[in-house]
Amino acid sequence: MPSPYGPKAETGPPGLAAKLLGFCEELRGEGVAVGTSEILDAFAALEQVPWTSREDFREALAATIAKSQDDRRVFELLFERWFFRAAEAEAVSRGVEERERRYEGGEQIDLDQLREQVRQAIVEGDDGEMRDLARLAIAAFGRQGEGSGVVGVDVQRIRRTLGLSAGQQAPAEDGGTELPPIDRDQLNAFERHLRRELERELIERTSTLPPSRPLAELDRALPTSPTQDLAAVHRAVSQMKRRLATLGHEQRGRRKGQTVDVRRTMRASLETGGVPMHLRYRPKRPRRPEIYVLCDVSTSVTSASVFFLSVLHALHDSFRKLRSFVFIERISEVTEVFEHERDFRVIAQRISSEGGVADVSGYTDYGRVWLEFLGEISDDLDPRSTVIVLGDARTNGREPHAEVFAQVAERAGRLFWLNPEPRLYWNYGDSVMAAYERHCDGAFECWTTRHLENFVNVVAGGVPVAD
Amino acid sequence: MADGSVTEVKDALAKVGYLADEPAALVSFLAQRLGKPILVEGPAGVGKTELAKALSRATGRDLIRLQCYEGLDEAKALYEWNYRKQLLRIQAGGEDGWRDVHDDIFASEFLLERPLLRAIASPEPVVLLIDEIDKTDQEFEAMLLELLSDFQITIPELGRVAATTMPIVVLTSNNSRELTEALKRRCLYLWLDYPELEREMAIVRLHAPELDEGLARRMVEVVRMVRALDLKKPPSIAESIDWARTLLLMGAEDIDGETFEQSMSIIVKHRTDIELVAERVGVKLAQPVRTEG
Repeated sequence: MPSPYGPKAETGPPGLAAKLLGFCEELRGEGVAVGTSEILDAFAALEQVPWTSREDFREALAATIAKSQDDRRVFELLFERWFFRAAEAEAVSRGVEERERRYEGGEQIDLDQLREQVRQAIVEGDDGEMRDLARLAIAAFGRQGEGSGVVGVDVQRIRRTLGLSAGQQAPAEDGGTELPPIDRDQLNAFERHLRRELERELIERTSTLPPSRPLAELDRALPTSPTQDLAAVHRAVSQMKRRLATLGHEQRGRRKGQTVDVRRTMRASLETGGVPMHLRYRPKRPRRPEIYVLCDVSTSVTSASVFFLSVLHALHDSFRKLRSFVFIERISEVTEVFEHERDFRVIAQRISSEGGVADVSGYTDYGRVWLEFLGEISDDLDPRSTVIVLGDARTNGREPHAEVFAQVAERAGRLFWLNPEPRLYWNYGDSVMAAYERHCDGAFECWTTRHLENFVNVVAGGVPVAD
Repeated sequence: MADGSVTEVKDALAKVGYLADEPAALVSFLAQRLGKPILVEGPAGVGKTELAKALSRATGRDLIRLQCYEGLDEAKALYEWNYRKQLLRIQAGGEDGWRDVHDDIFASEFLLERPLLRAIASPEPVVLLIDEIDKTDQEFEAMLLELLSDFQITIPELGRVAATTMPIVVLTSNNSRELTEALKRRCLYLWLDYPELEREMAIVRLHAPELDEGLARRMVEVVRMVRALDLKKPPSIAESIDWARTLLLMGAEDIDGETFEQSMSIIVKHRTDIELVAERVGVKLAQPVRTEG
């Protein structure tokens, strides 16, 4: 039977070595830098640990291959998938099946009872139990005849049927005991089991593996939808916060135009008997840029605006001279809010309630925003200031006033645009990105931390502000 | 330390007062077996430095520590020529020919050993801790490469100094900047995070054994609650231990709103953080104690 998933897994040489190399190959495909030396290390490490312990096996591989937190996350995702697929491929090729016995006892399950058990297992974080219950849940669910055939959809349907959601739980219907809260990570673990079991069933039914897809950008990227946990966004940004705080230090004292530090030179000259043989220089202070951030908070960028606001929040901690503005139809300064409030939720709330940015329609009016910004702020702009716009440049058919934007760009030292849409969508529909991009010093797509870091490197590190 | 298996390493570490989790024990084990440096990353105060100290205690090796900071250079990290002594030698040996003096003043007698060279040249095996490597600049990292991969240092005037015994090298980083690929490539990577509830409890009780179990659990729960907030400086394990000892001194039997308010400054050390924590956690604690508490 021809297989849709590439010849490598089928005809490759047998044994673990080939499997591992394939795994590393896939990691490389996802952008993890796995060098030959890492692979050699991995093999050396595997000689030292018992392979019977899955935990040790995985940790030994991770310690030698994944050399950062980001890499580690990708590693986890791929490790699960790769070895699951490898096992399933083997099962298919040998014709091993367990279809008959799979859902034994699935007929007489009481849904309420199952719900309780699942909840219990999730709270306790018992992995084996969760796996068994996931099977039972699928069986009970299948009995109701609601399977859609699409794994992702089924997982969510089952979760909803079981009434599971993360966070604080609503009190039970009989008004009795309060249910303990469910941890999001644990719930995700349960969903993973569901997904896994559904996939396994699918593979058995069709006797083929589905083609292996690269990791979706979203899986590894920052969660951006407002319903997702803010904490996750914040963790990612706080890492960047520290980077921002130290960026630029590396460059210190390494540019031309240094001044000699006489005192330290004299002191150093004592080593050479009073002859100043080694000159000491004054360390160069990194320049603190003045930053103006304009953030679109309209509905078209809803999913991104939580991300953007938390970026703003992080920036405020790192740069003292930062003024922030939010806009939809009009623009409004929110620097105060950020300075006085540390809690992100409160900030988001205050901005939406008292920002005073949405007039009548609630649609973005970029042209008007530039006019207002130029009118109110432009006197403060000087060649040392950096303006950052966060928005999708969708004007809803209104006049973009690119010439006003050009004036802003001219007065500011640098102007950057971060667009939450992929470059592909720029200038489609009512997006007028091209008109603005001409006046920017740089326009970036930005919806993941990776994009953000790339951008941060440009702002804080590379090019000097004034030149 | 017996290094027969991961469990043995874990036990040996536990015996000297360091409760390692599975990955940490495994990486320590691999580091000894493969002779590779360990790069430990993680938030401040999760026991990165302590891991190196525990390794030194468990193996009975000396600990040589190099604290990194911005502007650290070879003269302070590797070696330096003792120029005063060299000058004296030149002046004292007036009659000798220049050739003799020249050969002589670049002998190891005139060499001041700094931590890295000391670790390499030590006749006994040691544990070398290079702390907060992310505080230095990239050039310094590059200088470390020879040391980390071959355990040797080249001194132009003297030649190569190779390690006679294999040191265990631990590098720690607070992840404040991205380390170079070249450095990472030579190391085993270990990410240490705040421990889960049970392990943190065990750690606290190890360091404050008199603390009542129920109170310890409650305390760790509160610390975890505090960590979940967005703070400038979340409380570390060391601070949990400090707090446990404080509670003992105070003779507290339960953590209620009042006790918390009095001792909060042990775990939270920023003014803005204190306000936030008082508002979020303090209020919660002031309410009647939960049944399971």
